Amino acid sequence: MYKYDQYDQAMVDARVEEFRDQARRRLEGKLTEDQFKPLRLMNGLYLQLHAYMLRVAIPYGTLNSQQMHALADIADKYDRGYGHFTTRQNIQYNWIKLEDAGDILADLAKVEMHAIQTSGNCIRNISSDHFAGATADEVVDPRPYAELLRQWSSFHPEFSYLPRKFKIAVIASDTDRAAMRLHDIGIQIVENDAGELGAAFYVGGGMGRTPMIAPCINPFVPLDRLVTYAEACLRVYNRYGRRDNKYKARIKILVHEMGAEEYTRQVEAEYAHLLEEGVEPPFAELERIRTYFEDPLFEAGAGDEIDRSDPDFAVWVDRNTVAHKETGYVSAVISLKPVGGIPGDATAEQMRLMADLAKDYSFDELRVMHTQNIVLPHVRKADLHALWTALDEAGLGSPNLDTVEDIIACPGLDYCSLANARSIPIAQRISERFAANGKTGTLGELKLKISGCINACGHHHAGHIGILGVDRKGVENYQLLLGGSEAQDASLAKITGPGFSEDGIVDAVETVTTVFERERQDGERFLDTYRRIGMNPFKEALYG
Amino acid sequence: MAETLRYRDDQPVDHPAVTVDAFVDQSNAQAVRIEPGDDTRELLPHLQRLALVEVNFPAFGDGRGYSSARMLREAGYEGELRAVGDVLVDQLAYMRRCGFDAFEPDQQFDMDDVKAAFERWPEVYQNAADDRTPIWTKRHP
Ligand code: SF4
Repeated sequence: MYKYDQYDQAMVDARVEEFRDQARRRLEGKLTEDQFKPLRLMNGLYLQLHAYMLRVAIPYGTLNSQQMHALADIADKYDRGYGHFTTRQNIQYNWIKLEDAGDILADLAKVEMHAIQTSGNCIRNISSDHFAGATADEVVDPRPYAELLRQWSSFHPEFSYLPRKFKIAVIASDTDRAAMRLHDIGIQIVENDAGELGAAFYVGGGMGRTPMIAPCINPFVPLDRLVTYAEACLRVYNRYGRRDNKYKARIKILVHEMGAEEYTRQVEAEYAHLLEEGVEPPFAELERIRTYFEDPLFEAGAGDEIDRSDPDFAVWVDRNTVAHKETGYVSAVISLKPVGGIPGDATAEQMRLMADLAKDYSFDELRVMHTQNIVLPHVRKADLHALWTALDEAGLGSPNLDTVEDIIACPGLDYCSLANARSIPIAQRISERFAANGKTGTLGELKLKISGCINACGHHHAGHIGILGVDRKGVENYQLLLGGSEAQDASLAKITGPGFSEDGIVDAVETVTTVFERERQDGERFLDTYRRIGMNPFKEALYG
Repeated sequence: MAETLRYRDDQPVDHPAVTVDAFVDQSNAQAVRIEPGDDTRELLPHLQRLALVEVNFPAFGDGRGYSSARMLREAGYEGELRAVGDVLVDQLAYMRRCGFDAFEPDQQFDMDDVKAAFERWPEVYQNAADDRTPIWTKRHP
């Protein structure tokens, strides 16, 4: 894992002091609320319906047990004893007092953490593949590149007042587990025919009101020019991105209106110019960062057998563990989606347990998935039963990874001031329904995503099944969408037809799965069947 | 209108800045004002005759002026580069890094806050238009 040196530490410490000073000037009336707002946003403080929310960055979703303990302590000390892991691999606290914020940032800085640029119109926390460094299908661990970009984008003097927020994801595998093409910039580290590594840049993706899948604007940027190319992409956006309408201000609109070709031409011109300026870090810096992401000391010849005599354990192993590059190891997913629970929430006690288990069984490392679960990336198969037993006792043993119960839901009307409808209760009812009818396992991989308004924080466009809350004459109403994907086969989901009531939407999801069961051919996932048979059979069953 | 902060030793230009359009057509002007929607590149062929570039920030959240400033410095402009308008103390450090060396804010700064702002960052991560050495260069001298 990356470790701060004295420079990184000095920067986060300076940031804490800066924020304390800003908060003081706000209290003294030297800063108006309008002036203070972007400053607090760039420190992760967002005003919600009932209180301030604080979003803490977890760079590329990787953290150690000490950091997880610190997150638990913050939940206890400053919030209501829990936190919420987000779709961008961060954690949010929903009940924060503004006057505590400086102390919380100081507590975070002690464990090499921060809330820098987790909100606001700036470059946000860089996300990555949650199985980085553990999966056999990557060309290289993508996280060193994400860390380099973290440093480059932190306190960037030119790009801190962008037209709108800016999200970057970095992966290094053809299997996309980070929704890379639904980011403002998606980077895939690739290997060319000569065996050299480079970065493919996809620019202009995003969810929101106008979902778009990012086009590739450069298939191979040499790694010793990565920062320069990113800088060129941002400069063109900062100069020409729309600022007249916040709903048209994301880079996807610029790329769409200007055309990917013209945008690329301008980026290439700026890139050629910036290469002369020498903005690239020394290549040795990338080498330095890479040393922090070397493999842990795996046990050679670790046993490859799993004792499956306990049937509940065997189900969990089948659903929640993922193949590892090293013989005798797996990545184990801790589901934060208990039936009837709030997707992504964890109590302080659960966080501490996960931290301790990471220490005992996973080389002191945890990952946050963008699907709001936690991964222990490197677990010996021989330790799985002990791990599962501890998780199950703490209510963390739900065997439902990638199933219909593994729902992404945005905070919705329970917390969010922009919401049209509640998301969380819909997720709760749906997981209860499928747990009760026993179909969760047989339906296989089924990604269900719920947003409480068209801003799409719950990624409903990218769900195999998506649900969008709307307001119909003052009553919450839910539209149903089918056929989205955020993976390497990215596609946008389509609306089935008229929306449903709160009870109706749960029935509608069940109806759709019944059509799938009827039409499914060998080994198909819901998405495969939908793509083969199209929307009509589903429509007939829903409205016919 | 508040007082202008200047971090350079030469004499300030004593005539008002003209618009980019007027400047390009008018060969004797030495001072120009860039508005957020202007294309800074139009000035690049004329840098030798410029002594003052004002970059207007009608609203502090509109960050186009940061790119304008850096582009001018990258093109070799050495005259005064002044941020005017809704310029706030919390933006001074970044503006300075982008090449601004004068500030004419709508509202007067508290000079203690200005001092704190410029002393805030012990290090910097990126290369920019100032002469500070980035952390990644210090790590690999
Ligand atoms: S999708 Fe809408 S309701 Fe949900 S969190 Fe985002 S803004 Fe709020």
